[in-house]
Amino acid sequence: MTRPSVADIEPVGPAGQRGRLARLARTNVVWTLGVLVGLAAVFAALRPEAFAGPFNIRTIFINAAIPVVLAVGMTFVIITGGIDLSVGSVLVFSGVVAAKVMAANGAADADWTVIALGSVAGVAAGTGWGLVNGLLVTKGRIPPLIATLGTLGMALGLAQVATDGSDLGAPRRLTDVVGNHLIARQLPVLALVAAAVAVVFGWLLAATRFGRHTYAVGSNPEAARRVGIRVDRHLIRVYALSGLLAGVAGVLNLAKFSSTTIASHTEDNLSAIAGAVLGGTSLFGGSGTIAGTVVGVLIPVVVNDGLIILGVQQFWLFVAVGAVLVVAVFFDQLRRRLRDRD
Amino acid sequence: MTATPLLEVRGINKSFGPVQVLRDVDFAIYPGEVTALVGDNGAGKSTLVKCIGGIHPIDSGEYHFEGTPVSVHSPRDASGLGVEIVYQDLALCDNLDIVQNMFLGRERRNGLVLDEVTMEQLATETLAGLSVRTVKSVRQLVASLSGGQRQTVAIAKAVLWNSKVVILDEPTAALGVAQTAQVLELVRRLADTGHAVVLISHNMNDVFAVSDRIAALYLGRMAAQVKASDVTYAQIVELITAGRSGDLGLTPAVADITNGAQS
Repeated sequence: MTRPSVADIEPVGPAGQRGRLARLARTNVVWTLGVLVGLAAVFAALRPEAFAGPFNIRTIFINAAIPVVLAVGMTFVIITGGIDLSVGSVLVFSGVVAAKVMAANGAADADWTVIALGSVAGVAAGTGWGLVNGLLVTKGRIPPLIATLGTLGMALGLAQVATDGSDLGAPRRLTDVVGNHLIARQLPVLALVAAAVAVVFGWLLAATRFGRHTYAVGSNPEAARRVGIRVDRHLIRVYALSGLLAGVAGVLNLAKFSSTTIASHTEDNLSAIAGAVLGGTSLFGGSGTIAGTVVGVLIPVVVNDGLIILGVQQFWLFVAVGAVLVVAVFFDQLRRRLRDRD
Repeated sequence: MTATPLLEVRGINKSFGPVQVLRDVDFAIYPGEVTALVGDNGAGKSTLVKCIGGIHPIDSGEYHFEGTPVSVHSPRDASGLGVEIVYQDLALCDNLDIVQNMFLGRERRNGLVLDEVTMEQLATETLAGLSVRTVKSVRQLVASLSGGQRQTVAIAKAVLWNSKVVILDEPTAALGVAQTAQVLELVRRLADTGHAVVLISHNMNDVFAVSDRIAALYLGRMAAQVKASDVTYAQIVELITAGRSGDLGLTPAVADITNGAQS
């Protein structure tokens, strides 16, 4: 028998670190970031003063805040091989619950205790819908597409039943301090909250056992089961996490618009899914990153913003977003094929 | 050869409904040896292995580990004893790398954070201990590995947990010639590092290439358990197909009864 030889195994330590950097370079994030920077450069070149000014850059980050929060939860769900169509409705439902609690205790003049209470109630309501999704998918054996399509309808319907179809507003303090406030006249609170969500949940996905098991469950549920991972329980937690973040988004939405209408949230699920997919999350499960998702959400927001500044007819926006999505997925496929070859 | 078996089952019976799959099966595994488990399709190889692995509870019979009787009711009991089974489908996660797969479900942590450095080091050491030289980097995704490399990772994963018994279900079934040779070399090395190895195989060349002992199942009965050096290729084939070969195997009467009971 030959003696142990490690010549061809990559050593740990500094070389291992280098390997990690090399791996990073091969990830989707770098590619997608390139697309984002390219798009921004084009718009900045065409309309430097309007697009690249601090006001517009701030607008982009504010517009991306709520979609980022939703897409972070969506990324976890898609990595497990599932999908959550209900996020937009759950956002509205959570907003209604939060607004109701706040309205019952002072309405527009509610103090911070009431606002905190209402926010917790809204986030809890979102988490509740997430748990329902998780239980339907695991215990009920209902495909995620159908289970979350069902809760999409139920959450939206119940939100409208609760409000009699009328719009609810938010306390002034909430809109002034969270919705429209700029820290040091520059940093929008909404964007900071979204950034914090992305960092915390990005860490959860990349560096903890919970995150590792999320990838495993999406990659090969049978393998996960055999090594003792409780697959059903993990899936329920992931759907609950998506619901929780939809709840957070609901409160942020209330703060930003002081409104609980569905109007701008019918395509929230699509923008969250598109963000995750543009960011390199595989719809087949098992791969994806939060950093990629953040970049993936920013792309359509930047395109939207740029087209408005250029004064292009609004309908072109959908054409552009569709084209960007297809091109990004095309390059991603190409990159995957190259990777699998070596 | 070692006198006491590391793991031994005696008089094992197992039925699924009206179908008796295992009848009075005795089977012993020795440390530092490769024991080949052979038999035709439906002879009960997989069932026997699943009984040993705790997946199927046995109906009756004794289970001894290191000379003491134990009861094994679940896969957890078996892995507690140090019995690991590498199934034919391997059950690896394509989207995870080698280290992540080897530690899946038993990740090392530093507080809340995964301890990647320690895991990478242990994985590298385990592969080095098995003289695995076919893997470029332990951070390669499993998706990019060849069949033989995947088999290697699955085996290394089983070894990582201080396992004493490693059971391999048809590890070379889907492999080409060169990769088969690599995996067989690895199987041999497992035994040389003190593991008790069980190799399920249909391929007589593989069996004779690495085994110290051969156990042949015939229609749910243990036809014979012999030293590989004492038998010929032809005798094993006879044991597999007829349950007996010369004075080896089941007596003619038992073989006939077994046959009758099954047909």
